[in-house]
Amino acid sequence: MAEKTTQYYVPAGSPWPVLASVGLMLLALGGANFIQQSTDVVNNEGTFGGMLLAVGVIWMIGVLFMWWRDTVKESIGGLHSDQMYRSYSQGMLWFIFSEVMFFSAFFGAMFYTRWLIVPWLGGAGTGAMTHELLWPEFQAMWPVVTAPDGRVTAAMGAWGLPAVNTALLLTSSITLTIAHHAMVANQRGKVILFQAATIALAVAFLCCQVIEYIHAYDMGLTIDAGIYGSLFFMLTGFHGVHVFLGTIFLTVTFLRVLKGHYTPENHFAWEAAAWYWHFVDVVWLFLFVTVYWL
Amino acid sequence: MSDHHEHHAPTGLKRWLFSTNHKDIGSLYLWFSFIMFLVGGLMALVIRTELLYPGMQVVDPDFFNQMTTVHGLVMVFGAVMPAFVGLANWMIPLMIGAPDMALPRMNNWSFWILPAAFALLLSSVVLSIFADGNPPAPNFGWTFYAPLSSTYGPASTDFFILSVHMMGISSIMGAINVIVTVMNMRAPGMTMMKLPLFVWTWLITAFLLIVVMPVLAGAVTMVLTDRHFGTSFFDAAGGGDPVLFQHIFWFFGHPEVYIMILPAFGVVSAIIPTFARKPLFGYASMVYATGSIALLSFLVWAHHMFAVGMPLAGMLFFMYMTMLISVPTGVKVFNWVATMWRGSLTFEVPMKWAISFVVLFTIGGLSGLMLAFTPADIQYHDSYFVVAHFHYVLVPGAIFSMFAAVYYWLPKWTGVMYDRFWGEMHFWNSLLSVNLLFFPMHFVGLAGMPRRYADYALQFADYNFWISIGAFWFGISQLFLLWVLIKACFLKKGEKATMEVWDNPEGLEWTVPSPAPHHTFDTPPIIK
Repeated sequence: MAEKTTQYYVPAGSPWPVLASVGLMLLALGGANFIQQSTDVVNNEGTFGGMLLAVGVIWMIGVLFMWWRDTVKESIGGLHSDQMYRSYSQGMLWFIFSEVMFFSAFFGAMFYTRWLIVPWLGGAGTGAMTHELLWPEFQAMWPVVTAPDGRVTAAMGAWGLPAVNTALLLTSSITLTIAHHAMVANQRGKVILFQAATIALAVAFLCCQVIEYIHAYDMGLTIDAGIYGSLFFMLTGFHGVHVFLGTIFLTVTFLRVLKGHYTPENHFAWEAAAWYWHFVDVVWLFLFVTVYWL
Repeated sequence: MSDHHEHHAPTGLKRWLFSTNHKDIGSLYLWFSFIMFLVGGLMALVIRTELLYPGMQVVDPDFFNQMTTVHGLVMVFGAVMPAFVGLANWMIPLMIGAPDMALPRMNNWSFWILPAAFALLLSSVVLSIFADGNPPAPNFGWTFYAPLSSTYGPASTDFFILSVHMMGISSIMGAINVIVTVMNMRAPGMTMMKLPLFVWTWLITAFLLIVVMPVLAGAVTMVLTDRHFGTSFFDAAGGGDPVLFQHIFWFFGHPEVYIMILPAFGVVSAIIPTFARKPLFGYASMVYATGSIALLSFLVWAHHMFAVGMPLAGMLFFMYMTMLISVPTGVKVFNWVATMWRGSLTFEVPMKWAISFVVLFTIGGLSGLMLAFTPADIQYHDSYFVVAHFHYVLVPGAIFSMFAAVYYWLPKWTGVMYDRFWGEMHFWNSLLSVNLLFFPMHFVGLAGMPRRYADYALQFADYNFWISIGAFWFGISQLFLLWVLIKACFLKKGEKATMEVWDNPEGLEWTVPSPAPHHTFDTPPIIK
């Protein structure tokens, strides 16, 4: 294993992890109270949840900034070894795999709904007309475009904005790969150019997604418009959140490119951001095919 | 290369709060899990006190439901899982000749999320007892089936959901750390098929964790949005289905039970060869059996749902897949027995725990086989037979293996032998009481006593009385362990342990002094 290095860098004690736990606690406590206080499902009078959540977000950003500042210093300070690179890169890949599994839960819910629940509610199998009791206007078709309250919503077509979005994300993956090759070839100008293009495409995607949501709400497709709205907004919403985080990730590594932090041999963080970006791209392709198209 | 490497041994609170040392973090995990074990145990005793006699006497039914719920959550996520992560932290770097875990700061974060998550979860129990109007803690069972948790869940459900998110983050980071450590930090010459079985079982467990914990996060997220944002994942009146919840939950839940038992297999596979003075029988088959169990665990989830109703093909598929798991499990039990066969057996305390693990876990496995038969399961479903089954695999299964591990490695951790008398007391009292506690549950279950009720029909009274007596006895027995631990960890009283501790045990952990120094294997050992 350890061919080149005989010693593995074990960092000294660090205050950031435990402070990050405090941050998560603030996020959870603030988040739960904020959700309860801004909806009227349970009795929670008060307004402190939002405040606490905001404090948690700022706290978390601060702690993660300091934590990663330490790792950046270690990286620039030459403490990283090949073995450490393997640890970091394998860790990142397993993290991305865990994200894939998170999306799988929602994709699984969608296929179960399409293939089993909707036909069953329509009377398949037993012939029982369950929906007659629950939801008189129900029609066993996908997407389910009649909402429980009788509203008729619309299926989100694939060939308008979503197709544009697909093109944007696929192009951004190409520009990022060009930047990656330039990084390895030590062509910093080219990295800057193509990474900037990637970030611009990412921002364009996010803007299009906002327009798409406004469009959906105009057509009556809201998150509470039955199972189609639930799945549509949760799947594309979580994807959008990941695109947003990926954009921040790319922006941070872009700033570090400008500062000259990376070398052709040592640019793990940059690579991790690129992997993350390809991951959100692949998730989008699945979304495009299964949510919008088919 | 080594100048930046020297750390002054940290002291005081900072040592524990800011730690990047796998041994310190391992100790934190182990103590945290022991505290949670006692907290969850007290909840179990509330349940058993109520069930001591028929009729309602101590708590009201809603609080009883809160106790069954939080007992399950605390034991699964607070006691068993962190205990094994603690063992992994302590032992994996020692076993593979690594200086530490691969990602030490993340390791610290994985741990310190847990006290925060459990503070959040347990605060709802504290409020339920002390606050005005007794707002209920989660009361829908640890499986939090929709719509009990979505439509009908109390206000505390949202706090429960976010605490589960935190536990998930902790588990995923811990699992990533284990995989990366094993894949990347092994000493030269430590090939995969030379890894101690504990390392193998943990590697596979970590894989299971990374696959299923995000799915659990998805499930709780859907419950949260169903509760507050009008989604209808689990609401048939909006085109969803409560059964969808069960599918997602058990896709997490079944691998989860292997997450809680595979490291136990690893522990027992370390201990039995030492006291049989023979190498483990069938090492390679153990590795493949563990892998098979892990893969099959993704294909059996719906056996928890036979009573819900599903197509016949589904029932048959999940029944046969479930029964298939008994093959690799049988391989393991066979190998443990074969390891002991004609060995020079001695029965030190860890060996006693390990042997009772093999016997009692097998009882739990056999009742699991009975539950795997779909037509029989429809009869046994939601009865005390199920409670007996999963407590046999979790208490004299997973938890006994933990005890075995603690007695086996305590001299290495602390430098002193455990107190033999109180260790024996702990063992014999636990062994007798655990069977008094859980064995009669098979009978009342088959006779029709349903689980999760605060009361029962009169014909079950005698059995329940003795079950409760067993519960109190088992609970008190754990105080003996507390004393053993205090004596070894804090008072440092006891016979000095040698480097090898036992009679010629196998493994790199026995090549470092007892107690293991703060930093070990700064330069990796060479494995031939």
